[in-house]
Amino acid sequence: MKIRLAVAMLLLALAVPADANAAHYVIEIKHMAFGPAPTHLMVGDTIEWKNLDIFRHTATARTGEFNVDLLPGTKAEVTLAKPGTINVYCRFHPTMTVRLDVASP
Amino acid sequence: MIYRMVFMALLLLPGAAFAAQKPNDAQIAHIAYTAGAIDITAAKQALTKATNPDVKAFAEEMVRDHQAVNDKALALVKKLHVTPQDNPTSRALSKAAAAKLASLDKLSGAAYDRAYVDNEVAYHKTVNGALRDTLIPDAHNAELKSLLKTGLQLFEAHQAHAEHLAATLAK
Repeated sequence: MKIRLAVAMLLLALAVPADANAAHYVIEIKHMAFGPAPTHLMVGDTIEWKNLDIFRHTATARTGEFNVDLLPGTKAEVTLAKPGTINVYCRFHPTMTVRLDVASP
Repeated sequence: MIYRMVFMALLLLPGAAFAAQKPNDAQIAHIAYTAGAIDITAAKQALTKATNPDVKAFAEEMVRDHQAVNDKALALVKKLHVTPQDNPTSRALSKAAAAKLASLDKLSGAAYDRAYVDNEVAYHKTVNGALRDTLIPDAHNAELKSLLKTGLQLFEAHQAHAEHLAATLAK
């Protein structure tokens, strides 16, 4: 009986989503530039890249973690899976950059 | 160099007894559109002749981005009921571009790649100067001015990319 209760509580604990506290941020791309990096980024947070320019851009992590291609007016979401610094650039316009500092949970 | 001379010609139009004749919005739209179309044509040549993959990628960027601006420009002049007006500056630009295209056509391999990129640096520098000093200040219509400013941001990013590319090819 106690064991069954313990197992049930364990399953309940595992069922709680790990990213219950994950934050969602939007980074706008316009005027040939990335918007500012959000502060206090944590593993599990999501970033929505929103291309408000009339030009096609990418948000590409030099670490290789993500590479989203954004036609004008489109958006795409990435989840930050690892801690550390991610230098992001646009593959089409390499002088467009933004740096994300992701903290461990 | 020749592009700079062309834009200087804007300030020295024959018959201007006093201050330089400013281009009107219809002429400005025509010049801006022509400048973009020229870069697209140059890029299309590069897509057939360039061997370095980074140079090809740059050329694709030129086609894609300048087409985007020119599409917006066409939509804007249609909306404003403005007919882009041909003018000596546009004609001189086109003539210089045709000459450059012909001389580049004679090159091949790494020599072509270097010459194409070097010309792109020079061309973007000159167009940026013209946008900043003449076309944007002289534009009357607010939407045209805004689109020209977008064009300038784009051209500046292209110039930076071209300069970076030129440095890698120089090695």
